[in-house]
Amino acid sequence: MTPKERELKEQVLRMSGVDPLKCMRCGKCSGTCPNYDEMEYHPHQFVYMVEKGEIEKLMNSPSIFKCLSCFACIERCPRDVQPAKLVEAIRLLVIRQQGQNHLKANEIPALLDEDMPQQALVTAFRKYTK
Amino acid sequence: MVFSYYPGCTLKTKAKDLDRYARASAEALGITLQEVENWQCCGGAFTMAADEIATKLSSVRALAASRETGLVTVCSACHNVIKQTNDAMANNEDFAFRANNYMKLDEPYHGETKVYHYLEMLRDVVGFDKIAAAVKNPLKGKKIAAYYGCLLLRPGKVMQMDNPENPKILEDFIRAIGATPVISPYRNECCGGYMATEDKAVAAKKSGTVMESAKELGADMMITACPLCLYNLTKNAPGEKLPVYYFTELLAEALGVKE
Repeated sequence: MTPKERELKEQVLRMSGVDPLKCMRCGKCSGTCPNYDEMEYHPHQFVYMVEKGEIEKLMNSPSIFKCLSCFACIERCPRDVQPAKLVEAIRLLVIRQQGQNHLKANEIPALLDEDMPQQALVTAFRKYTK
Repeated sequence: MVFSYYPGCTLKTKAKDLDRYARASAEALGITLQEVENWQCCGGAFTMAADEIATKLSSVRALAASRETGLVTVCSACHNVIKQTNDAMANNEDFAFRANNYMKLDEPYHGETKVYHYLEMLRDVVGFDKIAAAVKNPLKGKKIAAYYGCLLLRPGKVMQMDNPENPKILEDFIRAIGATPVISPYRNECCGGYMATEDKAVAAKKSGTVMESAKELGADMMITACPLCLYNLTKNAPGEKLPVYYFTELLAEALGVKE
């Protein structure tokens, strides 16, 4: 691990509070993830890639914007690893940088339909934008 | 009996039915819901990062303002965000220290307020047996599939509403209003949530699975507490759809207070 990789890993561990070494690689997180099909890297891969310090690969992947925040992997992990917290921490590392918002306000009108609840928009903003 | 009440952004706009039937039914059951003054939007999703403070302060404000009465929520998302924030204020010293430091409240807040989802208020304060006794128009013969979604139940250790994998609070509610519950294995799986903003196909796939399952099992209708679930099920699920109602609307109908 390079010093930069080690630093990013430390930051992700501190933000998420996750200990990837608790993982026993059973894959239940990915098995239960409702958005598994949409992800390049799946929840169990987040866990072992963070352990190996491959944070930048994850930061550059669209997978960080695919977590639905449904808490299924958090609920169902037999070792209480809580993979969604890693996805969240890495997404925040990206969107907290200047100019890295994933959703911009001027893109909203094109996404709207007459029934879309405010809840959808505020949640998307919270997940995608700083 | 009076509780503080946090409606949330969507109950003032697209989900007015969820709000007004909740208030009317509560009055009929002898409970007054007093809206928290100057409440602010919860943000829709609880940010899991431990170093994130600002996005949780609107919840802390509503919680701190409700110390005397307890706080009732209806929307699943508001409930999830507020309950998880309350848990962090009670159990995460560092977070509570920093939030209190920022807020400068007259009295620091440490998670003292009891948070009830409206369903918990029905079960634990009123009692489903009392509700059954107060029902004027039982929904006899109606087969109703309860859809919990994600946010009411998870994370189970924090939400503590019901068994997160085998819940029964909504089914007990359905029985209390005189109808018959239909139990779908997808009742606590995700509808696609906020992904409906930038990827309708995901919302269609996820909510479609939930809808198909309820149809196959012979339900006449579905109920939910979440405006985003209702939107995905009624708008984004493909093909023929069952009607989806807010649980408060059926409660108001059963209690005879639906206008």
